[in-house]
Amino acid sequence: MIEELGTTEQGDLVINLGPQHPSTHGVLHLVITLSGETIRKVEPHLGYIHRSIEKMCESLSYRQFIYVTSRMDYLSSHINNHGCALCVEKGLQIEIPERAKVIRVLMDELTRLASHQLWWGAMAMDVGALTPFFHAFRERESINDIMEETCGARLTMNYMVPGGVMADIHPNFQKKVKEFVRYFNTKIDEYDELVTDNIIFKSRMKGIGYLSPESAVSYGCTGPTARGSGVSCDIRKLYPYEVYGRVSFEEVIDGGGDCFARYNVRMQEMRQSVSIIEQLIDNIPEGEFQAKTKAVLKLPKGEFYSRVETARGEFGVYIISEGGTTPYRIKFRSPGFSNLSALDHMARGHKIGDLVAIMGTLDLVIPDIDR
Amino acid sequence: MLSIENITHSIDAWLNGKFSPTVVLLLESVIVGLCVIGLFAVLGLVLVLMERKVSAYMQVRLGPNRVGPAGTLQTVADTLKLAMKEGLTPDGADKLLFNLAPFLVIVVAMMILAPVAFAKGIQIWDINIGVLYITAISSLSVVGVLMAGWASNNKYSLLGAMRSGAQIVSYELSAGMSVISIVVLTGSLRISDIITSQQDGWWLFKGHIPAMISFIIFIIAVTAETNRAPFDLAEAESELTAGFHTEYSGMRFALFFLAEYVNVFIVCAIAATLFLGGWMPLHIGHWAGFNRVMDYIPSSLWFMGKTFFLIFVIMWFRWTFPRLRIDQLLNLEWKYLLPMSMVNLLLMTVISIEGWHF
Amino acid sequence: MAFLKKYISDVLGAARSLLKGMRLTGYYFTHHKEIITQQYPDNREEMKLPERFRGEVVMLHDARNEHACTGCTACELACPNGTIKIITKFETTPEGKKKKALDTFIYHLELCTMCNLCIEACPTDAIKMAQNFEHSVYDRSKLTKKLNNPGSKIREGVE
Repeated sequence: MIEELGTTEQGDLVINLGPQHPSTHGVLHLVITLSGETIRKVEPHLGYIHRSIEKMCESLSYRQFIYVTSRMDYLSSHINNHGCALCVEKGLQIEIPERAKVIRVLMDELTRLASHQLWWGAMAMDVGALTPFFHAFRERESINDIMEETCGARLTMNYMVPGGVMADIHPNFQKKVKEFVRYFNTKIDEYDELVTDNIIFKSRMKGIGYLSPESAVSYGCTGPTARGSGVSCDIRKLYPYEVYGRVSFEEVIDGGGDCFARYNVRMQEMRQSVSIIEQLIDNIPEGEFQAKTKAVLKLPKGEFYSRVETARGEFGVYIISEGGTTPYRIKFRSPGFSNLSALDHMARGHKIGDLVAIMGTLDLVIPDIDR
Repeated sequence: MLSIENITHSIDAWLNGKFSPTVVLLLESVIVGLCVIGLFAVLGLVLVLMERKVSAYMQVRLGPNRVGPAGTLQTVADTLKLAMKEGLTPDGADKLLFNLAPFLVIVVAMMILAPVAFAKGIQIWDINIGVLYITAISSLSVVGVLMAGWASNNKYSLLGAMRSGAQIVSYELSAGMSVISIVVLTGSLRISDIITSQQDGWWLFKGHIPAMISFIIFIIAVTAETNRAPFDLAEAESELTAGFHTEYSGMRFALFFLAEYVNVFIVCAIAATLFLGGWMPLHIGHWAGFNRVMDYIPSSLWFMGKTFFLIFVIMWFRWTFPRLRIDQLLNLEWKYLLPMSMVNLLLMTVISIEGWHF
Repeated sequence: MAFLKKYISDVLGAARSLLKGMRLTGYYFTHHKEIITQQYPDNREEMKLPERFRGEVVMLHDARNEHACTGCTACELACPNGTIKIITKFETTPEGKKKKALDTFIYHLELCTMCNLCIEACPTDAIKMAQNFEHSVYDRSKLTKKLNNPGSKIREGVE
């Protein structure tokens, strides 16, 4: 069907951007209608990496299904796992030890940092600067090393289990994290020097892809995308989970609504994450890292929902239980899907280069959209 | 003193002693042609390796380091790979134009090489309108790019080619203006005259601030003309996958690749010639002693040093800056560079007439 | 005049922002000690992976070729992907009682996602994660592994 679309009746050019394209960061397929260089319409075609994760989870036990969610938004796999673990814990009505809570939050923030670093590199690459990508990966590498040491894996850790975390932190964890924070504080200024302050980058970002607060809400955007439009939607602030209620951090909101505002929100969030880590790293309470749970988990009959703030926005887990060992139905609310839906609204009237920049600021992870 | 000039003279004398003038001319043309092709091959290999190393160091990594000593043979291996790959012509493409385009681009690059002076006495053709010839021929390269983009019958290629067309046509203007500002100072279009006029100092330093401004404008404009980042809109990897050469593969892709690097070399050589004295060593006014010391460094080294320094600067741009958008690209030219170079040219003319330059 | 002033300050400000970026890349260009690349296949000898790194599941055998696996299939049940298949047999103990014991522990590396759930589930710590990560083979069937050594027995005292 798509091959037949050469031009529209108005003489506009129809282009398939993807599924294989350097700037869609995966297998996103955008059918864009162009008049010259100006975008008339953007139509995302999804499903190229659909693995029916929700259906898959229905046949997995409450311990097992958590690992699958790492494969959705692989850049914030920890936070996805956290959301699932929270939901199961809600169903089981177990209180997890303080130590586990702090470790979970620390891991979440490290994941968020790693995710934002990768986004920063990829974003700069989308607008044509190739060097920041490698600089971002250099810092991300140290986070991955920390993760590897404590969780045993670098990307899909499966470290969160219902009742706490899988293993205690590695003896070197605190030292390494402190080292990393010291190192990263010097590097984040380099990020600004190399990209943020650059006049070309600024002019590529400012006034592009405007999303008003009203449309951000009506498209269901969450995370930095909505906060860049001035909508307060940080789950960590609004519905604090674990120890987020106790640490002091700011919800970064930028009312600009354009690409630069979204960029700015993420850059400031990195600094906020660093501050959360600094507050918690020396205050990990002693105790158990995992609450005692039964070998076979059975959720009582009912419906359970929990949500967490991933690096991309609100991640919700909705479990319907019939009382058995496997969920009757699971629904994941992934942030990428709703954020992508605003793309057409934002990109209309802009140039092709802007479309790529807007997609960059949405920070799309395609497996998260398709699930 | 052994210099390249002496070698060429002795070859010329030896040939003249053996053959009639017509045969000598023919033989010399063949030798020059071979030299140019050899230079192209070497330049392609060296510049690609240089780019990869420069980018690697700026990106805190090592770059090619496996093939040959310290990776020096990497580009040779790459070329071999490209030469062995299948050169695919898409079904819907215009076969003739599609296959012609890469050669056209290369031929244009070769033609611009003619009036460039590589060292004292090494110049293929010292035509009396040298600078004009360069400006005229270099604007032809857009034809090859447009041809490639259109003949590929691919929407990405077409968009890339159209962008490239708009870009090259606009930036020709300010590049030309900057060239004229030097011509105004020298009063001659001949390359050898321009170089001799810098005997007591390079124009960059002799021509006050206007010369520096026109040098900067020239560098920006030629970066755009050679489709290098931050002006690489014709290729724009993240937007148009590979722009005008999306459909090319194998050796024909290699030719585009080669042409890009040779073009970079040529524009840097021209910038070095116009503003930095070409092969002329660094001379300062009447400091005879200093000038004599500088003369000991061979002129070919001076030329290559300056050119490669400028190439490095252009690579430095590429690995630091994000890409501009097409409308910003045209804005930059028409709103900033062109007015600036116009005012600058006016200033330059005043300086030249009043004789205020050193 | 104010317009001209703004125009010039715009241009200068833009140039300054560009030079700042160039200074940074120039710094990295000249400071090669900042390079973080690891020369991977060459540094295989020195390379140390953390002990918790999950490479593949292995079964621990001691010097007397004995393991701790009772064949309870807890790992098989814990595995989300059906990576593990345990075949049991009945052995007669010296007292003449019949007892369930491990016959073959089949591990499909190609299905494994290294989620560590089997290790967590194992009551006798018979299996653990190894740090080996170079798993590529030319034949897929080589990825289906038998974890218990031939002729191995269950360790005395492990229930």
